[in-house]
Amino acid sequence: MGHSVTPPSRLGRLSEGGGTMDAPPLPLEAGQPAVTSSEGVGEATGRSREMLESLLGPGGLVLLRDSVEWEGRSLLKALVRQAVLRGERVHVLGCEVSEEEFREGFDPGTNNRLVYHDLFRDPLNWSNTGEALPGGPLGVLRAMCRRTGPGPVTIALDSLSWLLLHLPCTTLCQTLHALSRQDSRPDDSSPVEHVRVLGLLHEELHGPGPVEALSTLAQIEVTLSGTGDQASAHILYRRPQHRPTHKIQWFTILPDFSLDLQGGSPPKSQPHPDPRTHPVDPATHLTFNLHLSKKEKEAKDSLTLPFQFSSEKQQALLCRGLGQATSHIFYEPDAYDDLDQEDPDDDLDI
Amino acid sequence: MFLELNDLLNASPDRAEPGKLTLLCDAETDGSFLVHHFLSFYLKANCKVCFVALGQSFSHYNIVGQKLGVSLTTARERRQLVFLEGLRSAVDVFFRAEGEAHPLQFLREAKAASLQPLYEFVREALKPVDQREAAWKSPVLLVDDLSVLLSLGVGAVAVPDFVHYCRACVCWHGKLRVLWRTPSPPAQRGRSLTFQYKIQDKSVSFFAKGMSPAVL
Repeated sequence: MGHSVTPPSRLGRLSEGGGTMDAPPLPLEAGQPAVTSSEGVGEATGRSREMLESLLGPGGLVLLRDSVEWEGRSLLKALVRQAVLRGERVHVLGCEVSEEEFREGFDPGTNNRLVYHDLFRDPLNWSNTGEALPGGPLGVLRAMCRRTGPGPVTIALDSLSWLLLHLPCTTLCQTLHALSRQDSRPDDSSPVEHVRVLGLLHEELHGPGPVEALSTLAQIEVTLSGTGDQASAHILYRRPQHRPTHKIQWFTILPDFSLDLQGGSPPKSQPHPDPRTHPVDPATHLTFNLHLSKKEKEAKDSLTLPFQFSSEKQQALLCRGLGQATSHIFYEPDAYDDLDQEDPDDDLDI
Repeated sequence: MFLELNDLLNASPDRAEPGKLTLLCDAETDGSFLVHHFLSFYLKANCKVCFVALGQSFSHYNIVGQKLGVSLTTARERRQLVFLEGLRSAVDVFFRAEGEAHPLQFLREAKAASLQPLYEFVREALKPVDQREAAWKSPVLLVDDLSVLLSLGVGAVAVPDFVHYCRACVCWHGKLRVLWRTPSPPAQRGRSLTFQYKIQDKSVSFFAKGMSPAVL
C-alpha cells in the first residue's frame, strides 16, 4: 500500500487517550467499570476503550452473535482495530465479504498489520486456478493452530457461521478448541501467550444445537440487539470457577471503527416513558372533536348509568305507583295504520 | 420497467450501479412483477444480462417485457441477453451424453451436491466474447427464482454457495428479498421502507401504507 509500517513500540502511544497499555483488565461484576492505568483524553473515550478491552480480555473464544437486523461485522472490525492498536498480530479469515470490503474503513496502519486469509474469492476451489487456499477452510484453520511466533495473537473469523455451514460441527468445535488453547503448553516454561479467537455467528442460520455447542466453548459471548436505531450488546463473561457475569452496553460504531458508548441504558428510546414528558395526546390531530368542555364534563360525571342499581333507582321503582313520571308514548296513527286492538299474541299459551 | 419503482429505489437505467446484490423476496404474494421490472430496467440500461429463468417460459417473459418496452427476442439476437430457459433446458439434461456439462446437471445427480455447473454457465455467459461485447455495460445476473432450486432438491447450503460465487464474480440480482444494507459507514443501519402496491396492466403504483385510494 505504500505506507510504512509503524514499529510496534510506538503503537501503545497511538491508542486514544494515551497511557500505557498494560495487560487488559479482567471483566468485573456488571455495572462496575474496569480501571485502567490512565483515563486518557476523555472519560467517554476511556470507557469505549474499556469495553473493547474487556472483550479482548484473556485468550479464548469471543462469540459475536448477530442477526439480519443487528449486524455484528462492524463490532468485529472494531475489535480487530483495537487488537491492532494493542500491538497484537491479527489474522482475519474472510469468508463472507471480499478483502476490499473488510479492509474498508480501516486506517492504513491497521491495514498494514492485518493479515487477511482470503476464503471469499474461491472457497470451494470452483475456479480451478490454483489460487484457492490449500486444504480449504479446514486446512486454513488448522494452519492457524500452528504457532507462528511469540506474542499475543488475535484471530478473527468472518464468519463462524460460514465455517459451521461447510464443516461438521464437531470438527469445527475441536479445531476452535485447539486454536484457543494454544497458550497452555505444559512442557514449556515460556510465559503464557494469549490467543484470542473472535467468531462472528449469525444466529438465524443455525439450529439451537450448534449454537449452544459454540456457546459452551466461548469465554465471552456478545449478543447484538437494540431498539429503534440504537444498537446494544448483551455481554456474558465466563471465567473459570466464577459465576458468569452479564452486562448490557448501548453503543454506536463510528466510521473509523472506534466505539461510542451511551452508558447503561438507551439514550432516547427508554423502555419506561420519561415521567417529565407528557405522553402524546392521541386526540390532537383528528378532524372531529373528542374533547369535552367543563360543562360537558360535569354533565358526564353526574350521569347515572341506566343499568347501575343505586338506592335512588330502587326507590324510584318501588314508588312508581305514587305518580312519579314514567314515560309516555304519544302515538299519531296514519290513515293506513291497522288499529286492531286485539293482541295477536293472546292465543299463545305462555 | 416501472417508473414509480425507479423513483422509490432511486435508480435509473443510466445510473446502473455495478457490484450490488439485490435480493427480492415474496411471501404469500407474487413478487414476479419485480423480476420483470429489473429485467427491462437492465436491458434498457444497456447491461449485459444473464437471466436464469426457472419459473416461466421465454415467451412469458417476452410478452411481459414487450408491455414494458423491451424485446427479449431482439436482446437475445444481439447477444445482450443470455437466457437459460430452465423449463426447456431441464428436459435436455436427460438427453445429453454422460459427461457433457450442463448447467442443470444437478437434476441428474442422486445427491445434488453443488451448483458449480450453473455458476460456470453464468460465468461464461457474462464473459465478454469479442470487441463488440465491450459496448455493454456492467454484467447483470438475474435468477428467477432461487427457491425453485431448493424445490428441485439442491441442498440448502449449495444455494448460498452459488450466490456467493456469483456475487464474487458478477453484479447480479436474484429473487429473494429487498433489503438495503450499506457496508460503510458502519454506523448506518440497513434502511427498510414499506410500501403497498397495486399492479395494473403496464405499470405498478406504490403507496405509503394505508394511503391507497382503495383503503382511504
